[in-house]
Amino acid sequence: MFSPTAIPKFLAVAWLLPLLGFAVEIFAGRWQRDRKDRTAAGLAVACIATGFVCSALALFTWGIHTGWAALAPSAHGEGHHGESHSAAHDAGHDEHAKADDHGHDAEHAKAESNDEAHADHAITGPLTGTFYTLARFGSLQLSIDFYIDSLTLVMFTMVTFIATCIHLFATGYMSEELTDDYVDHQVHTRNGGHFHRPGRFYRFFAFLSLFCFSMLGLVIAGNIFMVFVFWELVGVCSYFLIGFYVERKSASTAANKAFIMNRVGDFGFLIGLMVLWTYFGTFSFGAYNPEATGYGIASGLKVEAPHEGEEAAPTVATGLFGMARGSDGQLRIDQDVDGVATVVMTQADDTDLLDAEGNHRMIPYVLLTIAGLGIFAGCIGKSAQFPLQTWLPDAMEGPTPVSALVHSATMVAAGVYLAARFYPMFTHEVLLTIAYIGCITAFVAATIAIVATDIKKVLAYSTISQLGYMMLGIGVGGWGAGLFHLITHAFFKSLMFLASGSVIYGCHHEQEMPKMGGLWRKMPITAFTMLAGVIAIAGLAIPGTPIAFSGFHSKDAIVANALAFTYANPSHFLLFVVPLVTAGITAFYMFRLWFYTFAGKPRDHHVYDHCHESPRVMTTPLIVLAVLAAGCAIGGEEGPLYKLITFSQPAGVDAMDPPPAVAQTTLPGHEAVHAVHSQAGMYALIAAFLGTGIAWLVYGKGVLDPADVKRQLSSLHTFLSEKWQFDTLYDVMFVRPVHVVSSWCTAFDRVVIDGFLHFLSRLTIKVAHVDRRFDEGVVDGFVNLMADSTYSVGRSFRVLQTGKLRQYVMFIAVSVVFLFVLVFAFFPRGSSTSAPEADVKVSSRVVPRPEVNRD
Amino acid sequence: MAGVDLTAYLLVGAVLFVCGIVCMATKRNGIGVLMGVELVLNGANVNFVAFSRYTSLGLDGQMMSLFVIVLAAAEAAIALAIALNFYNNHQTIDVDRGSELQG
Repeated sequence: MFSPTAIPKFLAVAWLLPLLGFAVEIFAGRWQRDRKDRTAAGLAVACIATGFVCSALALFTWGIHTGWAALAPSAHGEGHHGESHSAAHDAGHDEHAKADDHGHDAEHAKAESNDEAHADHAITGPLTGTFYTLARFGSLQLSIDFYIDSLTLVMFTMVTFIATCIHLFATGYMSEELTDDYVDHQVHTRNGGHFHRPGRFYRFFAFLSLFCFSMLGLVIAGNIFMVFVFWELVGVCSYFLIGFYVERKSASTAANKAFIMNRVGDFGFLIGLMVLWTYFGTFSFGAYNPEATGYGIASGLKVEAPHEGEEAAPTVATGLFGMARGSDGQLRIDQDVDGVATVVMTQADDTDLLDAEGNHRMIPYVLLTIAGLGIFAGCIGKSAQFPLQTWLPDAMEGPTPVSALVHSATMVAAGVYLAARFYPMFTHEVLLTIAYIGCITAFVAATIAIVATDIKKVLAYSTISQLGYMMLGIGVGGWGAGLFHLITHAFFKSLMFLASGSVIYGCHHEQEMPKMGGLWRKMPITAFTMLAGVIAIAGLAIPGTPIAFSGFHSKDAIVANALAFTYANPSHFLLFVVPLVTAGITAFYMFRLWFYTFAGKPRDHHVYDHCHESPRVMTTPLIVLAVLAAGCAIGGEEGPLYKLITFSQPAGVDAMDPPPAVAQTTLPGHEAVHAVHSQAGMYALIAAFLGTGIAWLVYGKGVLDPADVKRQLSSLHTFLSEKWQFDTLYDVMFVRPVHVVSSWCTAFDRVVIDGFLHFLSRLTIKVAHVDRRFDEGVVDGFVNLMADSTYSVGRSFRVLQTGKLRQYVMFIAVSVVFLFVLVFAFFPRGSSTSAPEADVKVSSRVVPRPEVNRD
Repeated sequence: MAGVDLTAYLLVGAVLFVCGIVCMATKRNGIGVLMGVELVLNGANVNFVAFSRYTSLGLDGQMMSLFVIVLAAAEAAIALAIALNFYNNHQTIDVDRGSELQG
């Protein structure tokens, strides 16, 4: 139907449409006088929905051109699938290797590949290429690249779909902003009233569109530089949206906190970026050749030329992933002259990469680890992992649709996505760090969620906990499992956030669960869609039947990977035990939330009496998402979603033998995971059922009074509700020292710098005084003296001016005589010597003259 | 005329000059002062002509004396006009009365 070159076009349209929407909304919104207009929402929904259609088309096209190889049933599970995939990779590499010999045919191949009617494309690997080159500094190229594999496509489809649902929901949720006079009940003005401002409906949707654009840019990015750019854009969008109610002190603080916490992680990201650039000399993920096609797609397309010997265009540059690992997915560890472990870089055809002098290009193993840790530090910030998790609960200050978007499809997913995308660059040590960070995060957040009473806070902590699961999955080698959970989680978490938004909207902005209860009678659609989400996240299933909600499959996959990892590395048994316990806790607190909110008797009759079911524009997305939350992972690891994701799994991800002398851990292979799968699934299910049962007993049936338990374990409760004292800890560790240092700085500023400045100013005044005295005394004095003396001379000459003419004549005569006397007195010789000669001359000349006259 | 030399001319010139000066210094009558000025100028003229005759100046001295005569005529015209105005204002031409501008 469409050629493979259409895939980047589709994705580019899907990616850029929200940007267009943003531009129109933000400018037109400002010019527009009418604050009651819903056009902005319509435009935003249209953009993102079109984006979804384009993404789906791209996925479909991709499927056709791979012959739906991703979904092909394999008798022996995914183990063989991975092999066939890497075999396909090899085939692709062979093509390129051969093509290298026929470099001069590149032009011809280009012509062939552009001619869609003749060339038969088959996609064998990721599609990579460049949309636009921004700048080139020497060998450093900054460009808008794309790197499209099944993961990109699935992420695109998921993000655009969920964003569409959230946009739709938000048109209902944000309708209170459709007014010229919005009253913010949480902001008190000085005269005791509430804060009034014009509604900001259009601005909300503009930022929502920008957010989607940023996230899609991050997903499509083909180089790490572009990732960083969009990474920051996502961060700034979350800043705008968390701080949407900017007049609320708590909201602006939360926005700042989110932004600053992310900066901490981004610092590590930048370090990683610099290390990678220094050693690899490229930012690009995959190899590409701009000459091969109009778009520069090369490595992913197998171009079957009609003639013998005219094959695919040569691969020009090897990307980061190809450099770090061979096609078998192994790092090539070598010892350099000093005995330090280094990683030798390879080319696409598995030969060693040589630099211009013919030396092997290599990177020290330690630095590769540092680069990986740096990149992961960025992921920690973005995905709110321990120890930077504290911003995410505070981010609940934003409007609920934003929370849904941040927590499911965009911001926090970005971190996990990048960790997965960068998997080939991570060494064993980095993976182990990821696993432990994920493990700690999952447990800590889950325990806090038990005692949280704000409905959105519970969900926020559950998000952190689930993100920890995903990181854990990636860290223990369950690449597919982690991403599988990312997608399923996106569906059920967006569902639950929208449902909680519906509750908050229905209860007139009441978020405290102790004031709710029994709401299912008032808002049945919200209650039951929420229940679907709760079951999904708890990971419930009916044993022995294929009936299971999506969360069961994905969590099961992670736990199985963790168990297999633990078998392979018994010293890391915590990586299995903790997530298993956390699975139980998750089920407990999620059902606690549901029972607290929807079941039982109303606890606050004022809230209960006034609450109502939300309008259809809000419930429809709920229903759609509920269906997907329940069924998106249908078939589990044999199902389409998991297979689609793992189709682009990095080669050798599951069977990394420990490289000699550097790694201490072994990653389990597929077979190992498969062997423990049913066992792990059973454990996880038991834990989930235990949690659910306890929640039902305590909050549903009321066997145990929660208040009693709270009293018995008051210190533990305080500890948990204080979020493990993390905020206090950071307060003590960072905020207070900063305050102390800043007070020192203030004192220094006051005493030394201000003192110096004051001294300078006083000195200047003193100098000015002296200067003035000099000016008045000497300069003015001199001038006045001149004037005075001139005046007095004039006065003294006045007596000469008698007005008597005869006197003047006398003066003249006497003066002339006086002058003559002077002249003769001072120059007597000149006159005495020259005068006689003159006389002689005169007399000698006297004689001839009369003769002349006589003539 | 052969026995008369330059000194005699210069002597006549000097006498004229001194007479003029004395006239200017002693006369209170404005017209008298004017006449003294004429005497001084003519004393100078005698000198010019004498030098012209006895030195290598040639006709330059005579030219200069002609200038002086013309100058004296112009000066006499202006000075007589001043004297007339002076008389109109003061009903006298006693130059000692015209001392309004004294310092």
